[in-house]
Amino acid sequence: MNNSTKTLLNGIFKENPTFALVLGMCPTLATTTSAVNGMSMGLATMFVLVCSNVVISLLKNLIPDKVRIPAFIVVIATFVTIVEMLMKAYTPAIYDVLGLFIPLIVVNCIVLGRAEAFAAKNSVGMSALDGIGMGLGFTLSLTVIGIIRELLGTGACFGLNIYPDNYGMLLFVLAPGAFIVLGLLMGLFQKYVKK
Amino acid sequence: MMLSLTCITIVAGAALAGVNMLTEATIAAQKEAQKQAAISAVLPAHARIADAEQTDGMTIYRAYDADEQFVGAAVQTETNGFGGKIKLMVGFDADNKIVNYAVLEQTETPGLGTHIVEWFKNEDKPTQNILGRKADGKMTVSKDGGDVDAITAATISSRAFLAAVNAAYAALHGHDAYTGASKQLPAPEAVEAEDAEILSEEQAEGAEAVEADANPNVSPE
Repeated sequence: MNNSTKTLLNGIFKENPTFALVLGMCPTLATTTSAVNGMSMGLATMFVLVCSNVVISLLKNLIPDKVRIPAFIVVIATFVTIVEMLMKAYTPAIYDVLGLFIPLIVVNCIVLGRAEAFAAKNSVGMSALDGIGMGLGFTLSLTVIGIIRELLGTGACFGLNIYPDNYGMLLFVLAPGAFIVLGLLMGLFQKYVKK
Repeated sequence: MMLSLTCITIVAGAALAGVNMLTEATIAAQKEAQKQAAISAVLPAHARIADAEQTDGMTIYRAYDADEQFVGAAVQTETNGFGGKIKLMVGFDADNKIVNYAVLEQTETPGLGTHIVEWFKNEDKPTQNILGRKADGKMTVSKDGGDVDAITAATISSRAFLAAVNAAYAALHGHDAYTGASKQLPAPEAVEAEDAEILSEEQAEGAEAVEADANPNVSPE
């Protein structure tokens, strides 16, 4: 396996942000009430992650060490605001659901964490790959949690009804269900995938 | 050090200004389209919608048919729900019957309070349906002595929803009595105008009061 494939897959398996690094738990728990919501949140984060990784990697020699954190935050916040405006303009339905959590991507520890731990030390290409890998890992985890919660809670999958929603266990749509699903998935991931 | 940080912020600011310029018009158009769709959805058949009127933070859109007869009004209203603001568009016809409603914005609990979007327009369940009911500004949930069934496990959201509908009715009605716009209303409405004035005073004290300790005994008689 060459280096770039390794970087790409690193974010999905070995260092999966949700199940292995346990970063960004706030959006993970809050937005995964349905598969579509989880996936949209994942994709929005992935966009920010890739863009900020690339820009920070480009600027890494220009930014003095002492002000690197504020500089990173400015770069990240810029991309988050751009995503917010684009979503508002072109996908208002998704923005209505996720609205509150989009600005919070700024403080998502995955984004700052990858900027600090990877982009500030590696080439632009590798940083982009790392952003894509981490973003995919985050998106996949959120989508899986979303699918399980939506299916058990409302009997639907991506909005398609599979069984009548009267039989759904509401618990899984509410906050406790998020913790239960996340915990069980994390355990399964650690046992079977991470090895 | 200062210089590099300043440069980064300047570039970031410029980028944001650019994207804002690109998306501003689309965002405004989206909002407007969403509002127009809600207005048309809640009004009875109409030919023309008058300009928006603002009263007590609510917006009233009156609709007229081809002969310039008043056919109904859509009222945009908002209230505090269980998890934040609930913004509604409620449509009344000329007899004050509720035609339809649309939830413009809500952040209620998913799976519970979010049912306000369709719960109150289920024509198969008359005890929870409010469409076609004659609004009197005093609708309450059955728990508070009213005759509207609240959403299972979401009484607070249901109360808030009905309070918003009541407030919409009050705004529409209070305004009618106030401006004497009742001329445009059909005859039976004009007779009720006196009642409406008394009613509207009561309601002006706040829709919350109606909601919080809804007392079924309070009536103008």
